[in-house]
Amino acid sequence: MTAPSSQPRTDADIALDNEPEAIRTTQDEILKAAADAGYAEAACFAIRLALEEAIYNAFRHGHKELPHEPVRVAWRITDQRIDLAIEDKGPGFEPEAVPDPTSEERLELPHGRGLMLMRAYMTSIEYNDKGNRVEMVFDKATQTP
Amino acid sequence: MAQADTRLRVRKEDDVVHVEFVDRNILDEANIQRIGEEILALIETESEPRLVISFSNVDHLSSAALGTLITIHNKMKAKSGSLRLANIDPQIYEVFVITKLNKLFEIHDTSENAIASLK
Repeated sequence: MTAPSSQPRTDADIALDNEPEAIRTTQDEILKAAADAGYAEAACFAIRLALEEAIYNAFRHGHKELPHEPVRVAWRITDQRIDLAIEDKGPGFEPEAVPDPTSEERLELPHGRGLMLMRAYMTSIEYNDKGNRVEMVFDKATQTP
Repeated sequence: MAQADTRLRVRKEDDVVHVEFVDRNILDEANIQRIGEEILALIETESEPRLVISFSNVDHLSSAALGTLITIHNKMKAKSGSLRLANIDPQIYEVFVITKLNKLFEIHDTSENAIASLK
């Protein structure tokens, strides 16, 4: 279920299936809504990256044992800020326990960078206590150089 | 001309294998896995491989793509090969800087410079 590409939703809360095409369509809709709301290319790059990492983590880690379950993706886009929330049905995790992937001993490990990129590119990110829902904010005024 | 199902454009120049991506976005997992398998297969056929990966067509990548690049780096190291990255868009280069992977990879502005560094 997707909105017409000419009129992306600026406020939605959907169940997203683990299908590459569905994921791409949803990301494109959010990015188009952001571009329509006046977010510059660099902002859209940041939002796409954070969104990709959060959805990937939800399916890959959160739904490791639930491969056919959808994840919940919610967004609200105004001309001032973008709120994104991604929630899975998995057991959650402790974000603080994720080791620093840039440390010398971990630099050659091929995983563990998604959370770092989400933090780097969004104004704020916050997990719930269980660690299965992340809320991310991109604030246009704060993030614009 | 690339095969219909490949995600890479590959050419060989003076024993240096040059790889370019077909896709502008290296994001989705299946695609990344496919790219990784194709490049690892290329390395496998060479002894002391010399490889340049060009990002000239790439607008977006994800941490999963970075993971695949690290796997390629580790394989190259195991085979005493030499790996160079080239033509990385400034926005994407920033991702390498944030993750400090600009210290792990040797990155050149152009494929020509990357190839020259291997001769």
